[in-house]
Amino acid sequence: MGLISDGTTIFDAGALDSGIAKGAMTFIKKLTASSSSTLSFVNGASGVVLDGTYKEYLFTFNNIHPSADDSNIQFQVSIDGGTNYNVAVTSTCFLAQHGEDGNNGGLAYYAARDEAQGTGFHDFMTDLGNANDECGAGFLHLFNPSSTTFVKHFIAKNNIIYGGGDRDFNYNYAGYFNTTSAVNAIQFKPASGTIDAGDICLYGIS
Amino acid sequence: MGVISNGTTLLDAGALDSGIATGAMTLLSTLTASSSANLTFASGISSTYKEYIFKFIDIHPATDNVGFTANFRDGSSAYDATKTTTHFYAYHSEGDDTPAFGYRTDQDLAQATGTLNLGIPVGADADQCITGTLHLFEPSSTTFVKHFLANVSMSGSANDVHNSYASGYCNVTAAIDGVQFAMTSGNIDAGTIKMYGIK
Repeated sequence: MGLISDGTTIFDAGALDSGIAKGAMTFIKKLTASSSSTLSFVNGASGVVLDGTYKEYLFTFNNIHPSADDSNIQFQVSIDGGTNYNVAVTSTCFLAQHGEDGNNGGLAYYAARDEAQGTGFHDFMTDLGNANDECGAGFLHLFNPSSTTFVKHFIAKNNIIYGGGDRDFNYNYAGYFNTTSAVNAIQFKPASGTIDAGDICLYGIS
Repeated sequence: MGVISNGTTLLDAGALDSGIATGAMTLLSTLTASSSANLTFASGISSTYKEYIFKFIDIHPATDNVGFTANFRDGSSAYDATKTTTHFYAYHSEGDDTPAFGYRTDQDLAQATGTLNLGIPVGADADQCITGTLHLFEPSSTTFVKHFLANVSMSGSANDVHNSYASGYCNVTAAIDGVQFAMTSGNIDAGTIKMYGIK
């Protein structure tokens, strides 16, 4: 059944008409950590969409709290539906920091956190503290993962509390997964221990 | 015909009621390049939204080693608004050469009317492209300058990644009513640019 108001189709065939403004940012999936070794978004599994439906996908990270101090939350993508997470990546990283005591303010490139065609998991929230109130938050944009022509660019930013001493760390990343195969899954995990709490949300940008 | 539920109007006169949440980010227009000299948003920028976002997805140049640029229209037919800007970047190569990070005086502008480089030098290998976002704030103001913020990730012509940040303002009090994107040389071979309005 459709609905037409003043000659304008509002909805039909089970969907709002394309002419009706719906908002360009669509919530897809939320994963909540609970002593989790990994958090994975796999296209077609558990309601996850990570394909050609959207040209851009946005992941948001809220109150990511690791079990281990100085933890390193990392990510990688898959081109085989989550069987392997090992796509070559080239990236940049720069870091701004400032201590609660007013010391250690600075901004610099962070060569230890970039990648040059590395296939391992990419650093994201590094040296994250695990005191009760410590956590990390941020976002990651992944562009056109379904392309079979171009590399897959990403831009990411996060803010954490440094586990080594009550310091604000602001990480800024950008780079590309150097593959022309479609990316259809992404996984987040700590280098050691688990992600005790926090959530990661996935959105599609129309 | 309208629809009223529990006394609340859901839709009437061919539109959803303004009280119905429809999302604060609205896709306004999509331009797709096909050996295009430029991609131009000549309409649709007005006082309807306080912020406009442009997303560039997989912009692929016809020519290697060129810049991806933007410029703004401020009342005439030309895209030549006066701009003062900053530009900084981080760089790293696939070969793990020494990375770079810093301000680029060769890419900033001081009261210039020419194009603004969002990322340079973009590579033209088959899999290379530039991707990112440009925010333009309150372009319809006739009181204030018009600020913008941009961030891109780019596959460089030397097989490297550039994470470039450009920001600044159009130093005009005339309304900005158009934005044009182009390469510094040659066509935009492929890619998509989307314009959104933010409520």
